[in-house]
Amino acid sequence: MSTGPQTGAAEFLAPTSPGVAGNRFLGSLYARNIRAVFARGLKATWGTNWSIMISGFVEPVLYLLAMGIGLGALIGTVTGPGGEQISYAAYIAPALLAVSAMNGAVYDSTMNVFFKLNYARLYEGMLATSLGPLDVALGEILLALLRGAMYATGFTAVMAAMGLVTSPTALLMIPAAVVVAFGFASFGMAITSYMKTFQQLDWVSFVMLPMFLFSATFYPLSVYPQAVQWLIQALPLWHGVEMLRQISAGAFSLATAGHLLYFVVMIAIGLMVTTRRLEALFQK
Amino acid sequence: MPQITTSKTSAVSGFQGPVIAASNLTKSYGDFTAVDGISFAVPAGEAFGLLGPNGAGKSTTMKMIGGVSRRTSGELAIMGLDPNTNGPEVRAHLGVVPQQDNLDEELRVRDNLLAYGRYFGLPKSYLQPKADELLEFAQLTDKAKARVDDLSGGMKRRLTIARSLINDPRILLLDEPTTGLDPQARHILWDRLFRLKEAGVTLILTTHYMDEAEQLCDRLIVVDKGTIMAEGSPAALIRTHSSREVVELRFGSERNTTVAAELDGIGERLETLPDRVLIYANDGEAALEAVSARGLRPITSLVRRSSLEDVFLRLTGRSLVD
Repeated sequence: MSTGPQTGAAEFLAPTSPGVAGNRFLGSLYARNIRAVFARGLKATWGTNWSIMISGFVEPVLYLLAMGIGLGALIGTVTGPGGEQISYAAYIAPALLAVSAMNGAVYDSTMNVFFKLNYARLYEGMLATSLGPLDVALGEILLALLRGAMYATGFTAVMAAMGLVTSPTALLMIPAAVVVAFGFASFGMAITSYMKTFQQLDWVSFVMLPMFLFSATFYPLSVYPQAVQWLIQALPLWHGVEMLRQISAGAFSLATAGHLLYFVVMIAIGLMVTTRRLEALFQK
Repeated sequence: MPQITTSKTSAVSGFQGPVIAASNLTKSYGDFTAVDGISFAVPAGEAFGLLGPNGAGKSTTMKMIGGVSRRTSGELAIMGLDPNTNGPEVRAHLGVVPQQDNLDEELRVRDNLLAYGRYFGLPKSYLQPKADELLEFAQLTDKAKARVDDLSGGMKRRLTIARSLINDPRILLLDEPTTGLDPQARHILWDRLFRLKEAGVTLILTTHYMDEAEQLCDRLIVVDKGTIMAEGSPAALIRTHSSREVVELRFGSERNTTVAAELDGIGERLETLPDRVLIYANDGEAALEAVSARGLRPITSLVRRSSLEDVFLRLTGRSLVD
């Protein structure tokens, strides 16, 4: 017996010995060790996937340039969320920020998670240790959030460079975008846990593209007939778009809180389903 | 060669008795019963085997012991803990080598060990020297910075075993540890497992290779269709359920069955398989001479000692490897 393992064993056995088992928050679901999953993800991502990282960021920026500057020259000004006249670029920029957050979160929580779940069998290995399914779910979702936050910060910087950030409160768009990313990441991981083939993943892009185009991203919701409006309002991206648009204009209202609540519920459901699914897949 | 270090005290303080105790352990998936009321106990430090064909319920049993599959009924205690209610605590005491490697291919070899150790909440100060020690044990020190993808099958298996030892487990679960490896890689692996056994680690392994079971196991259970067919040391099982020697005769697939009738009375027992006829006898050479005396000329003949394969054949009427 060397001396190293003794201290190590003591440190790791203490929180898991039967006497204190009841202290584990959420029992066997959570080991308070999200950090290990997150750290592993950082290590694995570092030095790889940079092209995908950058493309996810560049896409909305290109839309902002093409639509905002190009199309914006034809359109001129539009009515913003507070009723004031704003440039078309200022109108679509927060919407594209929401899209940017969604893209980052969805890529990580669907494609990446699917691969780790079914091919790399990473979660199987993790869940054979002291980790609980909630540690794995939250650790992986946090990685998606980090990516979402990086996209959001970059995009906000581009907005600022284009003169589209007009008040300090507009900087609240960054944490708000992270909330949007959190919603999509936890929900995306929950859905991915049910997928069995790569073909089923195509359904994700099949839903994402129309949602991007039609969620009042480029024009107001009022252009649609009532029934279509209801459909759009049921989908998450519209809430993200509206929330960020209101924050960027400083036009806060009860609606802003409503949009935020939508994401809180989405996050809660996504986390719950993901945790249960991981448990059912690997610990039943 | 560094010795692998393990703690001599029980991981659960004050725990005595068998490290694994199963009684009437059952696992059903709907109508299908994968494990059907098996009972066994494993004392600390033993190398205990589950021998049986694919689908016998070995892996399901391993998953229940490993705290990743909940039993349907019966009792199971790992170091005195119920894995159904104390899953994380049970898993903290175990090392798991799954049937299929699930190494982290996005991390380098040494980082695989460090990341896995962190899943157990182990501090870096412990993990750094431990990882180096385990790499040396697994004979992978010069591969520390290699990609997992670039390792051979045998190296991946050794890395998986090294990884399973990162939390200094008292019990090591090995599910088909050498399946798919070439003979040389298997022998290297067996040697590593022997060392662990000498260091006092309890080994639980499933296999469908009888030579592996004979080499490694102090005691084993023969499992078929979710039930235990026999239990004992490899030598005792062979003594009880088979003769000392076996004559294997091949007459060509067309003739095996017809010739078998003419062999009646030679040896203690006859077993006719599609590709060969087996004569169980205490003196194989004498039995073979008796075959020649009857004017029968097999294409090939072989006299060998009885193995666990014969035990399994006797108990179930089927071969282990289909």
